[in-house]
Parts: sequence; C-alpha cells; structure tokens
Amino acid sequence: MNSASLKIGLLHSLIRKEEKLLIEAFHKAGVEPIMMDDRKLIMDFHTAPAIDVLVERSINHSRALHALRLFESAGVRCINSHKVAQICGDKLLTTAALKEHGIAQPQCRVAFTEESALQAIEELGYPVVLKPAVGSWGRLLSKINDRDAAETVLEHKTVLGSYHHSIFYIQQYIEKKGRDIRSFVIGDECIAAIYRTSDHWITNTARGATASKCEVTSEVAEISIAAAMAVGGGIVAVDLFESDAGLMVNEVNYTMEFRNSIDTTGVDIPARVADYVINQAKK
Amino acid sequence: MGECPICAAEVELAVDAIAGEVLVCEDCGAELELKSIDPVALAEAPSAEEDWGQ
Repeated sequence: MNSASLKIGLLHSLIRKEEKLLIEAFHKAGVEPIMMDDRKLIMDFHTAPAIDVLVERSINHSRALHALRLFESAGVRCINSHKVAQICGDKLLTTAALKEHGIAQPQCRVAFTEESALQAIEELGYPVVLKPAVGSWGRLLSKINDRDAAETVLEHKTVLGSYHHSIFYIQQYIEKKGRDIRSFVIGDECIAAIYRTSDHWITNTARGATASKCEVTSEVAEISIAAAMAVGGGIVAVDLFESDAGLMVNEVNYTMEFRNSIDTTGVDIPARVADYVINQAKK
Repeated sequence: MGECPICAAEVELAVDAIAGEVLVCEDCGAELELKSIDPVALAEAPSAEEDWGQ
C-alpha cells in the first residue's frame, strides 16, 4: 500500500512539541495525518471513523483511555492499544504486569486504609515512596522517611484527597545516586535511552532533571523490551533504576514525551515512531 | 500574526503553525493555545490537569 493513501488518525488535545514533531515526521514520510482533537470528539458506539490506524497522543490520560476503548470497539487499530494505556496509566496494574512477566522492579505494597498502609510501610521499611496509582510528571510523590511523616501524609491523603488517593501505592525507595534511565521502545527494539539527572530525588525532566545520553547496552535493551512486552507492546518509554542488584523497572509510559531526547541521543525518535505506525498500518 | 489575550502584544506565528499548538508570548511569557489559524485566534492555554502527562 502506498503511504500517501494511508489514513492515519492522530488523537490529540493540545499540540505540544512532540505532536508537532510527529506531524512533521509523517509529512516527511508522505502521510497527512488526520487530526482528531479529543475536545471535539463525539463517538456513538457504532460508527467507525474512516481511518486505518489511530495514533494516540492525548495529553489527558482519562480521555485517551476511554477514547481508545471506543475506537477499538469501532474496529480501529490503535497505537498504543487500550490495554497498554490501561496498564501503563495505573501503577498498580503496571506492577502486576511486570510481576507476572518476572521483570525486576522495586518491592511494592498496596493498601486501602490509613492503618493498613502504615503497617505496610513499616513492614517494607523506611524510606518508602507513596505514589498516586494514576499520576504523572512526578506529581504528588512523597518520600516517607519515618513514621511521623507516614502518619501525616496518610492522614492528609485520606482527608483531603479524592477516593483514589486512598488507594495507597507504596514503593520501596531505591537509592539511584541522582539519576535514572528513560529508554524508548518501539515494537521489539529499544531505540534510545537517556539518563535523567537531578539533585532532587525525583528525576522527572518535568521537574527539572537534565537529560544526557545513555548507551543502549544489552542490559538496558533487554529489560526495556521485556517491560514493553509485559504491558502489551507498541511505543513506550520505560523508566529504569540502576540498583545494586541490577536494573529495575520503575514505570512504563504509553504516550511518551521525547522532546529532550532527540538531540541528546542523536536518534530521530519522531521519525522512528512515524515509520513504525506506517508499517503497522500497512499490515 | 495574532494578539496575546493576556498582554495584547503581537504574537508571530510560524509558517508551519497548527491549530491546537501551544505557543509562548515573548512579551509576557504566557502559554497560549492557537485556537485557529484563519482567522488567527489565540487563547490562554489550559492549566495542567491532574491526569495530564506521563
């Protein structure tokens, strides 16, 4: 099939640098993506949009999750799939998927009340990191160093947070020596990786961490691809910790942000994404 | 060329500007969304919501 005849939908809300680079990459490949703004989308559970494949690039996780389910229900192939979005969008589901595939990750506990969460934290041992099961950009993460802090944060979450902040996701704190790794997986290949370095224990670039090139060693590639497959495959970014016991997967991201990683790695990530989507659409 | 809805400065659009794109006003630093290109319409970009990002 000729690329120009492909109907590739691009689901978006705000057009960020990433979406703009992707559009440019599709243009270079001879494809004019069909822009689908999630703020204007109306789906009726019956009508299939006239596209061969949908690339999901919504900034809102909840919109992406629901839209993908409906697009798939209408018979549209989605990249990434609803299953991938569901697993990656919920840390609890990600942890379960990684565990089921035997992939190294920090120890984790889940509890549903202040009392049981405190017990879980004490059993795991300080420090721990409390994370919202659904959340991003390093927001609302709490490093809990002692019982006083645990009691305070748990009470605040219970009293001030909505109900999903009382699904307590508790992760063992991994001493990562000021950096973690974000790797980029497309299909069955780990195409690039960066170190994210910060003086702060949170190393998200959205929180000011700086990006530098990380060589894609066989160890990085192997665990990244395994993590990608565990969540359902496609186009994902994998966050890795370098622990004394080797690499561990922290999180897997399904609408990956890559603006800081193109010059850093020398890999044309949007072009690789566009190529993958076009090849998938031709299948 | 559009007008910043915050400070009324002129905002220049790139030749490859796309509706929905986020721009920054060089005068006041506000994040803006290009709502439409013809005619040019700019609005303050929405604030980050709880389920934004990865």
